[in-house]
Amino acid sequence: MIKAILIFNNHGKPRLSKFYEHYTEDTEQQIIRETFHLVSKRDENICNFLEGGLLIGGSDNKLIYRHYATLYFVFCVDSSESELGILDLIQVLVETLDKCFENVCELDLIFHVDKVHNILAEMVMGGMVLETNMSEIITQVEAQGKMEKSELCAFLSLCRPLSFSVPDRTGRHRLGSQGLRRVLCRP
Amino acid sequence: MSDVVEKTLTALPALFDSQTGAAKITNRLRQLIKSITELTSKHEEENLIKQELSAMKEQVSSPNTTMKQMREIMVRAMYCEMLGYDASFTYIHAIKLAQQGGVLEKREEENLIKQELSAMKEQVSSPNTTMKQMREIMVRAMYCEMLGYDASFTYIHAIKLAQQGGVLEKRVGTFTPHFHSSPYITSITHAQEIIRRKAVLALYKFYLIAPNQVQHIHAKFRKALCDKDPGVMTSSLHIYLQLIRESPDSYKDLTGSFVTILKQVVGGKLPLDFNYHSVPAPWLQIQLLRILSLLGKEDQSTSELMYEVLDESLRRAEMNHNITYAILYECVKAVYTIHPKAELLEKAARCIGNFVLSPKINLKYLGLKALTYVVQHDAKLALQHQMTIIECLDHSDFTIKRETLELLFRITNAQNVTVIVEKMLDFLRSCNDEHTIIHLVGKVAELAEKFAPDNSWFIQTMNDVFSIGGDLLQQDVPNNFLRLLAEGSESKEEDDQLRLYAVDSYLTVLKGHTSHLPQCFLQVMSWVLGEYAHLQESVDQREVIRLLTQLLDQRSVSSETRVWILSALTKISEGQTDLILDLAESLSSSQDTVLRQQAQELRHLSQESQLHEWALPRGAPWDGIEVDSSLSFLDGFVSEALAAGAAPYKPPHQRQEELCEDRALNLEPYGFSLPVSLSSCSITDRQSPTLLSVSSGLSGNSTELSQKAGCLILEGVKRVWGKDGYLPQKKRSTPPVDEPSAAVQPPGQQEAAERIEPRPDPLTQNQDKQQLASSLFVGLGVGSAMSLLGKSEAPPPRFRKKPHPHESSSSSSSGTSERSSDSSSRSSRNTTNSFLYGSLLEKEPATSISAFDHTPKSTTANGLAQNKDTKEDRRANTSQILGGDMVIVRPSTIQDKHPPSVSSDLTALLPADLKDLPHSDVISLTSDPSLSLSSCRLFRDEALLLVIFISNCTETVIKDVAVQLTCEELKTVSLRGNVVDCLEARSTSVCHYALLMDDPHTNVSFTGTVSYQTQPGHTNTLPFSGTLSTADFIRPLVVTTEEYGKLWLSLSHDVKQNLKLLTDAGDPLRTTLNSLKDALQLHVVDIIGSEGIVACRLLSGAPCLLHCRVNGTALAMWLRSPHPALPDCILYHCQRALAHH
Repeated sequence: MIKAILIFNNHGKPRLSKFYEHYTEDTEQQIIRETFHLVSKRDENICNFLEGGLLIGGSDNKLIYRHYATLYFVFCVDSSESELGILDLIQVLVETLDKCFENVCELDLIFHVDKVHNILAEMVMGGMVLETNMSEIITQVEAQGKMEKSELCAFLSLCRPLSFSVPDRTGRHRLGSQGLRRVLCRP
Repeated sequence: MSDVVEKTLTALPALFDSQTGAAKITNRLRQLIKSITELTSKHEEENLIKQELSAMKEQVSSPNTTMKQMREIMVRAMYCEMLGYDASFTYIHAIKLAQQGGVLEKREEENLIKQELSAMKEQVSSPNTTMKQMREIMVRAMYCEMLGYDASFTYIHAIKLAQQGGVLEKRVGTFTPHFHSSPYITSITHAQEIIRRKAVLALYKFYLIAPNQVQHIHAKFRKALCDKDPGVMTSSLHIYLQLIRESPDSYKDLTGSFVTILKQVVGGKLPLDFNYHSVPAPWLQIQLLRILSLLGKEDQSTSELMYEVLDESLRRAEMNHNITYAILYECVKAVYTIHPKAELLEKAARCIGNFVLSPKINLKYLGLKALTYVVQHDAKLALQHQMTIIECLDHSDFTIKRETLELLFRITNAQNVTVIVEKMLDFLRSCNDEHTIIHLVGKVAELAEKFAPDNSWFIQTMNDVFSIGGDLLQQDVPNNFLRLLAEGSESKEEDDQLRLYAVDSYLTVLKGHTSHLPQCFLQVMSWVLGEYAHLQESVDQREVIRLLTQLLDQRSVSSETRVWILSALTKISEGQTDLILDLAESLSSSQDTVLRQQAQELRHLSQESQLHEWALPRGAPWDGIEVDSSLSFLDGFVSEALAAGAAPYKPPHQRQEELCEDRALNLEPYGFSLPVSLSSCSITDRQSPTLLSVSSGLSGNSTELSQKAGCLILEGVKRVWGKDGYLPQKKRSTPPVDEPSAAVQPPGQQEAAERIEPRPDPLTQNQDKQQLASSLFVGLGVGSAMSLLGKSEAPPPRFRKKPHPHESSSSSSSGTSERSSDSSSRSSRNTTNSFLYGSLLEKEPATSISAFDHTPKSTTANGLAQNKDTKEDRRANTSQILGGDMVIVRPSTIQDKHPPSVSSDLTALLPADLKDLPHSDVISLTSDPSLSLSSCRLFRDEALLLVIFISNCTETVIKDVAVQLTCEELKTVSLRGNVVDCLEARSTSVCHYALLMDDPHTNVSFTGTVSYQTQPGHTNTLPFSGTLSTADFIRPLVVTTEEYGKLWLSLSHDVKQNLKLLTDAGDPLRTTLNSLKDALQLHVVDIIGSEGIVACRLLSGAPCLLHCRVNGTALAMWLRSPHPALPDCILYHCQRALAHH
């Protein structure tokens, strides 16, 4: 079973984290930090497996990772997964992202994190590999995207008269309304 | 509050008369935002938001709020959330809205739902959540689940709730998983393939969380496996992999189907969609191969079915891509796991070669892993790749290095141990990963104990282990080491040499710089010096005392270590009063109470040499010390204390449980001596020796003393049991001649190369490596030692000082001739011994000894005594029961107080369906002038039946008799006859309860009342109480030795303890085990030589395995169980049983 999927950049900034077991937020942060610490100090030309961390649930677990340009893709799995199989699954994930975003880069993961999550949800469900066929994944994700778009148009027409007077007395207000605007006004 | 209502009221009409929802949304929100911007202080803002929120609350709960208004409220709620205020009451409405609306609302509210879920998560995992809150959370979770969000984390809580709670919770609890799974069950037949597939995975998740709750859908799994869509079938393999891992035997019939599927996949029958890099469905193949290897393990007929397809897979997987290697790797593993077939093994071995020799580092890693797996079956394979392995040892990659050492660990034998241990220690010195250090250091210690060639090497290696492993070490390592030193082997001379060497080396270490040494090492050193410093005559005792005192002054030394050091000083202080008194004086004002106590003891003992002599006899044999591990000498003290109102002792796990569950006090009688430390000393096997009970504070010391209760016997006994059962006595076969690699020298030369160390000619690097190789791989291919309980987990043979025939011949120059002749004669004696023993064993009839115990019993007010009493007669009974095949019923013995005419035929009153069950004596519970109650325990396989006999002692009819029984720790699964309308004169009514025990407790007490009417309208009640022990709930677990071995490895919680060995009859082990078997309902699986394995279970639930080994005059008991508290309980009852014997 896959226990967790983490994506972070070369500086350890998490770009996506998905845990298939429940941990408190602090533990999740801790796991991400330690995983980065472990993975980042490994050379490029040594193997992609790391064993026996005390991280997630004990010595049975392994970290399997790949490094692409600025991003690390790390899967934490238990002994019931095949190492090379997971390695290729990462490849499939990255290739799918590449197809969806056309030449994927770190920024895509930052601004379209929902889409990335959707793709991941099509591939892995509850820690189990669900689908490995790239075109199948993309079809599903696109169908979902289409449905969202059609409803968004209807909602935007509803909200046109809405305008924001941004209260900038405190930084929090600004952040909040910006967040809302981003949600509402994204194409 | 009134202004809020006002505000709401004014707001409401405005909402109602709005023409378009959109305009209204903007208006209200704009209004809110505007009013917020107009405010000047944080305080005002807070007030405003509060008002706004309560207004919203009113609105959302009003039934005539329209959808649009609702949406508007949600937007405002979101705004409030963003400002950092808690609008959690809107979550549930958001969810509702999302359900009605389209995808957009879903996304809009997803945020809120996620928050809701995470809030729930926090709540359910917090211990403070009350039952009522929990119930509410469950309902919320069910709702979220209904909407398709994953609230699976709540299932387990739902089930827990169902177990503890009343009727309502039960319904919620059992309902939840059913409810959750039912939509998936229906969607399993959905037309769309992707939905079926997801449904299957969801069901799998259910299975993982609550396997018992979804048993009714196993048929659906089969349906999914036979689905016409390969995708759905792939998902169902997840389930089958899990199911088969749990019980391979029940799915053997599916082997054919899996083989067919794999054949089709490999043959390219799947649609092209499933290809990945032109390999047909690789992940599917991997899954299938794993399933097949599980199915074919140790099963020849099943394995034969899959030879063909495995061959096909091996052939088809052309080396062109990563993913084919993944398949190959699984294939190789499968080939080596299932029943071997020479042809396939050969092919698989070639594949491993491809892996190991591959320039790709990932493949090399897998190759090493495969080798590690394979050398267990065939050690020769490592020889072919020795050069690669040597290269990997120096590899820059940490993971590869680690894996290589793991491989070397598996191939270690007496000849190559020095080289391999050296490599491991080198690696450890450069490693800084905590987990790796713990893992590897344990292995080094194990190897050193097993294969050490001589004393100096052994001590030196252990020094390294202690200084590198430091305080990360598992307690086992120092314990085993000390035990080895103390118990020694058969020859005293050899032991003394080892001890002497240890003392010398520690003195050298202590003379150097000591501040960096780990605490654990210091403890070991101080113990050894305290115990054996007197052996070294050339060193002045004052010098030793000075060194130890120096340690005490160091700031880095922890207080636990100080205790160790002080007890060492106590031991060697004899005759050095002047040095000691100062020290004792300075420490007697210490803050630490244990230290202070010890300082006092030190002072007294050093002043009275006679007492010292008596308490700490120097060099006394360990066998002389009697250990009363059940602490029975304290019983009097305890009962006095209990009578004076002291709280009964509770074992730690129970205390913890109570802390968690916040229950009322548990008034159990005195608990058992747990092997968890009571004092600051953290050694696990703590027992208190009778002789030393004067000074219980000598913790380190007394612990050690108590462990020495036996001397070793296992020494020369050959291991006759292996992983696969009985091992025929193998003669050491000659080393293999057909070693294919060119780098390998003939075996004769290998040994020669080992002995002649430096070669005269200049060495190239390659030669260096070859030499290393020859020393690493020497002695491979010779039958390796096996042990009773599987390979890696087996208890290491602690007594490494086995006579090695090889060693004695090769190192004869160093050893004296006397010694070598001694060891060889001993080895021959041992062999004959074991042969004799073995043949005796087979002939000896397996008689069971049943104790006919007719001692009259008396009831006393004292709870403890009563408890003992019940146990005694239970013992008498179970012996009856288990002596035969659980059918004999003995007429019950009679209580003094009870009228004999009534009780003697009480058992005859048992219902017909219960008559055949084994049962205990009838004991009287209580009585009053009109009623008398007695009880009897019946042992059913899955439950304990508590039968209560209600006898009418009067000449009149008693009406409306109702029995009420309560017991917190037990679960009542069924009851019958607890209400009787009318009880005739001089007649008896029978009522019985079926009780289950989920969590083992040593003893549980039940209380109850009987209410009855002698005259109409006049109700009497008669309270009664009694105790039941865990032993009543233990049932024999009938397994074979192989099953036992498998089960043993899979269990996690273990406890070790030394017990008393009954020595009165011919074969102590057999006698002891039989008496244990009689006292508790155990199943003796097998007895081989000085080891015995025994199995039992808690009713039909958690198993508990016992591994017993005769260790001098003690019985070393090792218990394992999946349940943390069960071994403790069983151990306690074993102790009691043996103490009573």
